[in-house]
Amino acid sequence: MIEVKNLSKRYGNKLAVDNISFSAGESEILGFLGPNGAGKSTTMNILTGYLSSSGGQALINGVDILEEPVTAKKDIGYLPELPPLYLDMTVNEYLNFVYGLKKCKLPKKSHLGEICSLVKITDVQNRVIRNLSKGYRQRVGLAQALVGNPKVLILDEPTVGLDPKQIIEIRTLIKKLGKNHTVILSSHILSEVQAVCDRVVVIDKGKLVANDTADNLSRSLSADHKLTVQIEGPSKEVQALLSAIPDMVEVHVNRNVDKTVTEYELNAKEGADIRREVFKRMAARNYPILLMRSSELTLEEIFLKLTTGDFYGNTDNGGTK
Amino acid sequence: MLAILKREFASYFTSPLGYVYLAVFYGFSGLFLWLTCLSSGSASMSSTFLWMFFIMMILIPVLTMRTMADDKRQKTDQLTLTSPVSLFGLVMGKFLAAFLIFLIGCVVLLIYALFISAAVQNSGNEFGWASFWGNFVGIILMGGVFISAGIFISGLTENQMIAAIGSIGANIVLCMFDIISSYVPVESVSNIINSLSVFYKYQEFTYGIFSLKNVLFFLSLIVIFNFLTMRVAERRRWS
Repeated sequence: MIEVKNLSKRYGNKLAVDNISFSAGESEILGFLGPNGAGKSTTMNILTGYLSSSGGQALINGVDILEEPVTAKKDIGYLPELPPLYLDMTVNEYLNFVYGLKKCKLPKKSHLGEICSLVKITDVQNRVIRNLSKGYRQRVGLAQALVGNPKVLILDEPTVGLDPKQIIEIRTLIKKLGKNHTVILSSHILSEVQAVCDRVVVIDKGKLVANDTADNLSRSLSADHKLTVQIEGPSKEVQALLSAIPDMVEVHVNRNVDKTVTEYELNAKEGADIRREVFKRMAARNYPILLMRSSELTLEEIFLKLTTGDFYGNTDNGGTK
Repeated sequence: MLAILKREFASYFTSPLGYVYLAVFYGFSGLFLWLTCLSSGSASMSSTFLWMFFIMMILIPVLTMRTMADDKRQKTDQLTLTSPVSLFGLVMGKFLAAFLIFLIGCVVLLIYALFISAAVQNSGNEFGWASFWGNFVGIILMGGVFISAGIFISGLTENQMIAAIGSIGANIVLCMFDIISSYVPVESVSNIINSLSVFYKYQEFTYGIFSLKNVLFFLSLIVIFNFLTMRVAERRRWS
């Protein structure tokens, strides 16, 4: 559906996108993740034909966006970072304009009506866009991208500026759309990508640093077996007990939950299961375990690890062995 | 192209721009008709057309200042440039929309002519329709040149005011070629500059000289400016 091969974009001396290759298949939701200025929007602008690339190729449905832009653009719905709205038009006028602009052949009234009810803007159809709130403008932008039912949807930070309820609605909508569209979604909100996307592409400083499913990324990067535990008892003694467990690599004191309870982060050797051992040793001294969970990497942590190479970021964990 | 044309045309009337343009155009054409024809009892509208040239020079940039500039400022070019519309369709849509507003303004000159011809016929004389049509074609072509130049300048900036002032400046330069040429001592160079003069050629229309050569000159200027606008829009993608 979408194929990007060795794509590069140079602004003067600065390489904004550096030799990126990835692809997205039919009915796949691809998350595009990266810190600010990583080259997400530039890549999306190239994919939609708004910018040209300095090197490489972008194919939409097998059609090169540079070689045959008009054909390729027919299959794309694009919601840029800032929804491209004409503020002096009403929502209806605007969607009618987009309908004409995209040379859409579907039955006009029912098609536009369907889109309006899908993104829930039916009640503002006759209002001038200038007077709409940010959330509604974002939805009108999304509606615009859906006109003509394009096979590929490219959404640049679609939930920016929405309230939590709207964010959930839009995410559900994107998931629904992903069933019969190819969706590329950029975001720097990691939980969003985790919740919505089948696959994640992480880019940093214009370079591709990861391309995998969110689960795989999480698994492959958390090589050590990690546990987070909260134990009631004198922290020095508990720490010593925990460190004495065979296979234990590292014991971090995360924080003091209250006067008597402390949270620890336990790093065991790869493949070792230390849960029983932890229980037995604490039970023997009568120190209750209040919480125990395996601390798999969240996407947030993967992200930091990939883009800074530092798993704990720059927080002080006061770790001791 | 049709979608762009319709939207651009409608946008002139959702903002005060179209109304202001037409009001000023109608006001000044009425004033000049009074000054050059009615007050002196002349039945030739040629001087009216000549004066309208100077008004258009300043007024048409107001019509074209936001065509490309506003699209860039509001990022709506991300919609138009990523839809299946060619750059040619985009520029022509904008050009034709502004041109249509301009034509609506020009219709008033035709109405004046009808009244004057009726008055002239009442007094038993003949109204010079041939000269009028020559003038009319002249002003329409001249307007086309100003509009395409204005859209081109608008494509160079994101700021409407800069676009307007720049276009007025460009129009003045377009019309100053014959003055500049008279200061160039080398005759061959001076001849070349003079042959590019827009004002001189427009003046020929108002004298009642209708030459195909001049029509072609204006048409090619329109084509060149529209082509340049397309190149500027294209260049943005590559920068």
